[in-house]
Amino acid sequence: MIQYIIRRMLLVIPTIFIVSIVVFVSVRFLPGDIVELMLAEQGGLLRGTKAREHVEELLGLDVPAHVQYLRWVGGIVFHGSLGDSLTNAKTVTQLIGDRLPVTLELGALSMLVSLAIGIPIGIYSSIRQDTIGDYIGRSIAIVAISVPHFWLGIMVFLYPSIHFNWSPRVQYVGFFEDPMANLGMMIIPATILGLILSGQVMRMMRTTMLEVLRQDYVRTAYSKGLRERVVINRHALKNAMIPVVTLIGISLPFLIGGSLVIEQIFALPGLGRLMLTSLEARDYTTVSGINLVVALFVILFNVVIDISYSWLDPRIRQQ
Amino acid sequence: MTMEKTGDLLRHAGNSRVAGFFVRLVRQKVLGTIGAAIFLIVVLAAIFADFIAPYGMTEIHLFNTLEGPSTEFWLGTDEVGTDVFTGIVYGARVAIIIGFTATALHVVVAILVGLPSGYFGGKFDIVLQRFVDAWMAFPSLLLVITIMSMTGRGSLQLILVLGITTGITHSRVVRGSVIAAKENLYVEAAKAIGCSASGIIWRHILPNIMAPIIVLFTISIGSIIVSEAGLSFLGYGLPPEEASWGGMLSYQGRQYMEMAPGLAFWPGLAIALTVYGTNMFGDAMRDLLDPRLRGSESI
Repeated sequence: MIQYIIRRMLLVIPTIFIVSIVVFVSVRFLPGDIVELMLAEQGGLLRGTKAREHVEELLGLDVPAHVQYLRWVGGIVFHGSLGDSLTNAKTVTQLIGDRLPVTLELGALSMLVSLAIGIPIGIYSSIRQDTIGDYIGRSIAIVAISVPHFWLGIMVFLYPSIHFNWSPRVQYVGFFEDPMANLGMMIIPATILGLILSGQVMRMMRTTMLEVLRQDYVRTAYSKGLRERVVINRHALKNAMIPVVTLIGISLPFLIGGSLVIEQIFALPGLGRLMLTSLEARDYTTVSGINLVVALFVILFNVVIDISYSWLDPRIRQQ
Repeated sequence: MTMEKTGDLLRHAGNSRVAGFFVRLVRQKVLGTIGAAIFLIVVLAAIFADFIAPYGMTEIHLFNTLEGPSTEFWLGTDEVGTDVFTGIVYGARVAIIIGFTATALHVVVAILVGLPSGYFGGKFDIVLQRFVDAWMAFPSLLLVITIMSMTGRGSLQLILVLGITTGITHSRVVRGSVIAAKENLYVEAAKAIGCSASGIIWRHILPNIMAPIIVLFTISIGSIIVSEAGLSFLGYGLPPEEASWGGMLSYQGRQYMEMAPGLAFWPGLAIALTVYGTNMFGDAMRDLLDPRLRGSESI
């Protein structure tokens, strides 16, 4: 098992290397000159080649690209530093550290909501295939997939405030300051994101359960007189979980993208907000920092998911 | 038989295949048919927007701002007195144009990356797939708004960025289909008689992966329309003067939405219905054309 984990970790190294290059390149070699954009952002107060040189030095653009890359990666590997923010006195690492918990909490809650809704309905849909209940379940799933989360967010913000004069609170409270108030704030945005994701979970659960239910060992379990509950919970479910777990891994980028929008609507001070404000301020060191941290997080999360397969299905370990 | 006749026969066979597909669709897939119908309505609205919309795209009615639905303005008006229904109809045009072009580009990119990777395999495949892995680790929205913030808003940028980013992700689907098609005996036979790689790809591989590619197109068009709307909503998509559904929902109109909630409701419903239509149609298409893909619901 440990050997499997180590091997899986080693496979990640080239991916991380490529990710770091993509992040580095995406803000440096695209059309549109950062330095120009930043100078323009200053309202033309800084002009001429002096100003240009100054900004280039600030960004570390005064040395060749490969040196820049090595400096950046060196800073991360040896000092854990993602560089200085261009617009904020705090370092990028501090900024991200402050905001990350909000996004993580939102993401984790959304995932729980999606599983809590998606798995039971998906199972029900599969064991009662082609009944009215199945059709209703499938229709809910498709509607959930089709509704844009930002629209649902606006609707939740808008209609209750018009009809009941109720609106979600805007002043953010940290989890450790007041856990109940914090959860009360998070639950609505998390439910919105979770609902959207639950459609995919439902569909995936239904499809894989249908496949598993046709297996011989399920028929055997039924024919030896086990109750349906036992067959589903003990024999079918665990085998049908792998694609669903994979889906959770694949949807993490979706959840992060979604939380970017939802944080904006519900005024949550998470990574998504930081991303949008940094982009607006053309603070590209922070933008790169967020992109890198998020990508690393997604990669590591998927490693954990891969490892969890071998727990769900011991055969995978042997391969 | 003359060449002309053969051509006629082939064309006829092709037509009846398309017709046969639609007959099966209507007979077997109720939801798929509804989806196709919704999508068709949106496409027709996009094409004939000038005839359907009751007012001009930029026509304003200064005495009728922020009105509710009426016989004069079916879905009400916004803060400068533009008819919301007119905006929705022209929005369909934007959604369909961006949706179709970006999705077409996405398919081309998926083929350009996935086909060689699957066909040639080996070290080339392993290295290329690590790039795809790295790419899929990014939340595409983050990468897309980073790029859009540097290139500036605009339809061309948006089509390029959306097409390329989703194309790279979906190249996995094409790669999988190519690997399956490659195993066919006739590909081996073609190799044995000395066909060139490009000849085999054009004549044998590509025609055989057409079904998954058509399915990929239909399934992706919905998610690309949502991405466009989401980006325009955040202010990193189309410029405000393009009447995008996402743009109609965006922050500029936020303060007026409390007075006229229809401003937020209708554009969102238009997006949701369009995406619902393409999703249902795409699902039915996948079931009918390429049952092997049934397991890969996440695309």
